[in-house]
Amino acid sequence: MTGAAAIQAASVTPVLTQRWPHQPWKLANYERLDGYAGLRQALRQTPDALIELVKQSGLRGRGGAGFPTGLKWSFLPKDVGAPHYLVINADEGEPGTCKDLPLMMVDPHSLLEGAIITAYAIGAHQAFIYVRGEAVHAARRLRQAVREARAKNYLGRNILGSGFGLDVVVHAGAGAYICGEETALLESLEGFRGQPRLKPPFPATHGLYASPTVVNNVETIASVPFIVRHGADWFKSMGTEKSPGPKIYSISGHVKHPGQYECELGITLRQLLELAGGVRAGRSLKFWTPGGSSTPYFTAEHSDVPLDFEGAAAAGSMLGTTAIMVFDETTCIVGATLRFIEFYAHESCGKCTPCREGTYWMEQVLRRLEAGEGTEEDLSTLLDTCDNIFGRSFCALGDGATSCVVSSIKYFRDEYIAHVRQRRCPLASHASAPLAAQGVH
Amino acid sequence: MTIAPQTEHTATSVGGSAPPPVTLTIDGVSITVPRGTLVIRAAEQLGIPIPRFCDHPLLDPVGACRQCIVAVEGQRKPLTACTTVVTEGMVVQTQHSSQVAAKAQSGTMELLLINHPLDCPMCDKGGECPLQNQAMSSGRAASRFHDVKRTYPKPVPISSEVLLDRERCVLCARCTRFSAQIAGDPFIELFERSAGEQVSVYRGEQLDSPDIISGSEPFNSYFSGNTIQICPVGALTSATYRFRSRPFDLVSTPSVCEHCSSGCAQRTDWRRNRVLRRLAGDDPEVNEEWNCDKGRFAFTYPTSQGRITTPLIRDESGQLVTASWSQALTIAAEGLREARDAAGVGVLTGGRLTVEDSYAYSVFARLALNTNDIDFRARPHSVEEADFLIMHVAGLTPATGGLRYRDLDTAPTVLLVGLEPEEESPIVFLRLRKASRRLDAPSTTVYSVAPWATRGLEKLSGTLVEAVPGTEACVLDALTDDDGTDGAGQISGTSPEGGQISALAAALRKPGSVVLLGERAASAPGALSAAARLARATGARLAWIPRRAGDRGAVEAGALPDLLPGARWVVDRAARAELEQLWGVAPGSIPATPGRSTTRILAAAANAELNALLIAGVDLDDLADPAAARNALRNVGFVVSLELRESSVTEYADVVLPVAASVEKAGTYYTWEGRARPFGRALPESDALPDSRVLDALAAELDVFLSLGSVEQVRAGYAAAVSGVTGPASSTGLRGTGLGGTELGGTEFSGTEFSGFQHRASAKPERGEAVLATWHHLLDAGTLQLGEPHLAGTAPRALARLCEATASEIGLTDGDALTVTTDAGSITLPLEITRMPQRVVWLPTNSPGSAVRRQLAADSGDIVKVSAGTTSPLPDDNLAQVAGGDAEGAGEGPQSHGGER
Repeated sequence: MTGAAAIQAASVTPVLTQRWPHQPWKLANYERLDGYAGLRQALRQTPDALIELVKQSGLRGRGGAGFPTGLKWSFLPKDVGAPHYLVINADEGEPGTCKDLPLMMVDPHSLLEGAIITAYAIGAHQAFIYVRGEAVHAARRLRQAVREARAKNYLGRNILGSGFGLDVVVHAGAGAYICGEETALLESLEGFRGQPRLKPPFPATHGLYASPTVVNNVETIASVPFIVRHGADWFKSMGTEKSPGPKIYSISGHVKHPGQYECELGITLRQLLELAGGVRAGRSLKFWTPGGSSTPYFTAEHSDVPLDFEGAAAAGSMLGTTAIMVFDETTCIVGATLRFIEFYAHESCGKCTPCREGTYWMEQVLRRLEAGEGTEEDLSTLLDTCDNIFGRSFCALGDGATSCVVSSIKYFRDEYIAHVRQRRCPLASHASAPLAAQGVH
Repeated sequence: MTIAPQTEHTATSVGGSAPPPVTLTIDGVSITVPRGTLVIRAAEQLGIPIPRFCDHPLLDPVGACRQCIVAVEGQRKPLTACTTVVTEGMVVQTQHSSQVAAKAQSGTMELLLINHPLDCPMCDKGGECPLQNQAMSSGRAASRFHDVKRTYPKPVPISSEVLLDRERCVLCARCTRFSAQIAGDPFIELFERSAGEQVSVYRGEQLDSPDIISGSEPFNSYFSGNTIQICPVGALTSATYRFRSRPFDLVSTPSVCEHCSSGCAQRTDWRRNRVLRRLAGDDPEVNEEWNCDKGRFAFTYPTSQGRITTPLIRDESGQLVTASWSQALTIAAEGLREARDAAGVGVLTGGRLTVEDSYAYSVFARLALNTNDIDFRARPHSVEEADFLIMHVAGLTPATGGLRYRDLDTAPTVLLVGLEPEEESPIVFLRLRKASRRLDAPSTTVYSVAPWATRGLEKLSGTLVEAVPGTEACVLDALTDDDGTDGAGQISGTSPEGGQISALAAALRKPGSVVLLGERAASAPGALSAAARLARATGARLAWIPRRAGDRGAVEAGALPDLLPGARWVVDRAARAELEQLWGVAPGSIPATPGRSTTRILAAAANAELNALLIAGVDLDDLADPAAARNALRNVGFVVSLELRESSVTEYADVVLPVAASVEKAGTYYTWEGRARPFGRALPESDALPDSRVLDALAAELDVFLSLGSVEQVRAGYAAAVSGVTGPASSTGLRGTGLGGTELGGTEFSGTEFSGFQHRASAKPERGEAVLATWHHLLDAGTLQLGEPHLAGTAPRALARLCEATASEIGLTDGDALTVTTDAGSITLPLEITRMPQRVVWLPTNSPGSAVRRQLAADSGDIVKVSAGTTSPLPDDNLAQVAGGDAEGAGEGPQSHGGER
């Protein structure tokens, strides 16, 4: 996270982040900046009209998969005799991703406002915000916001005289990456071990407590009040045809000004780097992730790929969580990939064989390769193992673990081979450190 | 047992016509299966094996191991066959026709093996290991894994019986799902994550601590052994079998469990005339694929110390000494002849005989001893019970419209009376749990008339209908009287709310509802009669679920004073004539007078109204009054004991004839349903003789020739005797036509209406007193569990129970020592405060430290004294004494009281 000033300077479509420079976590500030205006507007409409509005806006899930939000809401069956639930996925755990936590820290009421509108639209009277266990600060701030909102009747019974009631529970997880997977999140929220569930049935029909449930990402929900206030056409005026709207890009790594940059979907890395002050001085771009550790690497040649759902996919990666991790030429590809795989080997929930055993194995192979103790056969073993994981694992975590391995070998096979032949890493291991003196090699 | 037997297919599919089936192709072969079928099941039907680990047909799908991946046309990714439901027109390609599927399977196999130790040569599972087998069929010839395997200390005990080797575990979650879903004992669970994920018990200490058990909650489930059997690798092993054998060195014989009336199909694996292990057999109609730990592990009793291998006779100094068969048979025959020709001989057969052996005793009593003084009930019993067995049990089998396990699956309401299924018939418990959890149709609602809600009842999501012991009949009559239309059921002597009674009365009137009666119902005066009235009023079906494996067959075999083989009443002249003709004996050979019950036989023996006793497999400490029984044996002139082991009976016997244990003979047990469960002899080298063979020889010494020399002969005779039975007396009327009023006159029968038994006024305990409630734990001090300390280590701890108010009356709180006293003696156990009626105390009937019959000579419903404990509450030293005893026979616990009081 970086300072508010830097954010302000860099934002090109200040929508979600428009209030950030003004201490909006204070309810008075939030209200002064048109806070809860969208809620008042929404409560005057019918729930179905709101669902239609969000459908029209083309809003797609900001958690990585990009599923059309309005469509997801419309899947909830009515009159099944079970309550509807709204669950907000604030388990932001994808390496490189730092958009939801700043949003919740700086502007928690925008999430609550979106939650209330969404709950109203889907007929839920109970909402849960599942916050990643390590983010105690965010959970604390959200709870404060909930208290304040309840005191002002933005939450509770008969919200603002509308007859609609909602309560929000801020639930802290226990720090497991898998709990960002929506069904594992629901298991965890129910008090069970965080492991993904079989689908079908899907959460829309059998979600929390086997009841119809919408699970949405923080950024998705926080977008809703703006759509209500400004309309679908306004929303679609930003971004691309199939990926409309603004998006917070988290930029980290070897750039001058890492941070959150809110831009229209479809922006390119080249533009983003300009906003972030470029790759650190004297260095050039080597590779980058468009959407966190689970998305295949891009290289400098992908600098002009439009970063929307379609563009990233067409170029062989994924938009993911728009977590841009930038690595310059001092970075060893084997070492970076090993760090990623260490993460997956540590975070695999253990439920299915390919992910559990495959990451365990690949971690050891990569560690040998990095130390110069690998063989060329190891490369084919890695690729074959990825083939045995991808599409064979229980959930997307396993698939995500293969991205860095496959793409790193695809773009940097020579560097792997150099590790094998030179029996060591050809790069100076410390040069990639963020504070390394420039010019050291 | 039904009052009104329903047609064969009562309620198999609830709710109208089934949806249309689905047709799909697998590897190019078309197959039509019911909607909702999983691809892996459809493939099985075609004989296409798809490798799998986590899949188990009786567990919910989990999709964890990913071994069963197949390609499905039109799907972006290949799918797991174990989680994918068939759809119309689906095109599935398994490893046989799809490179993608074959590659995925071999890939998953390689991954499963990277962390699997190469210890097959010393692993119990080696030779019957799905991982080993499927590694051969789907795996690579050589591993590409050159790195470091994950290791753990191995093995760690997770109970005294079950050992866990985490290195071998493939984390398929079969064991944890079984425990959570089937048994309802989720004492094991997956912990940690990534490659460190592991099965464990809940623990305070690290699992790696050598003292795992003391720091943890052990896996003490009655069904824990099933997890060993369904483990697809050698991760779970039993202390009993570990390192004992290789599967290919064992001979496997299909067998039937001798421990209770559930009648589980089993497989007995043996070698060199010794049983090494037993496994649950697969019988969807009975035990599905499960059994309980008692059935699985309690098989050492025939080989543990004290087994009798030769005939014994009592010499002049009063010692039992070895004798030859001819000598022993001669002496036995002389003694029996003398007694028969004087006042007579009584026959006690216990409840553990095969139906063949029961039949042999039944015939022997009638033809060789000229008596109807025969009773299998080695436990509290009553005249009412004998009548109930004749009217509602004898002759009722699945073939004649009796209730079946299958009917429990779909019963809307099940009422338990004097029955704790988990303790007394574990497979009935599993069926009821399954029925109470079903999601595809309305689930079964279980109610239990009992003093407190056990964990077993909670696992059935059951509802307690609270009743003080002895008042069960009041509750049942209230249910009969409440037609379910108004909410004002009034019950005296118990305190369930009227609304509950009305709801239950209405629920029992739903078609297919069931009332299950335990053998303990005989200890509740009037309860069996009231249950029969209730069944008639509501249309609910009745079934009697005795505890012992031989009980149900003994009813059919006529090992009762009023009943002859084939549901024939002793008092029915035509029935006797029919049997006499069948047996080829002179008319009038079968005595016409009903005989004495167990209690009366013993009383008669004590008073010299009988001069000899012939006793098979009875533990005197199971009887209502063990001291009186000992007195009878001491005083009667002559005792012949057919036994496996030195016992409380052989102590008094003049002649002891050794007999075969169930694994040493062929035979048949009847399930509680009345379903015959025949089994062959497992140990062919044993020279032990079945009871029937011994009786045949003994009869010959008495110049009576019974043709019971081989099991085939016994079976033929028995089959002829029971052929044509169409149901119990209550549904078919009398078998013969000769039942004149004159003959009934002198009997204890009250007539076919069977309504003569009413509950007595309930006893009113004073301060410092309580009404005793008691039943057996499944695992306790029973003699058929001898010699298996690992199993005994998983038994529930003996605890006494009182409600809080009664405990505070005598100044006790949870965990204090409570002493329960009668004129006969006392029992002291730790107290557990339990929600139950005031001034009721519960004790386990025959657990270590709590031998209710022997120590208290009391039964449910009796008033006992309760006071602060006078000795250490730790159960303990009584174990050795309690566990002495019977062999094939009366095993477990204490029993009976109650007789004709």
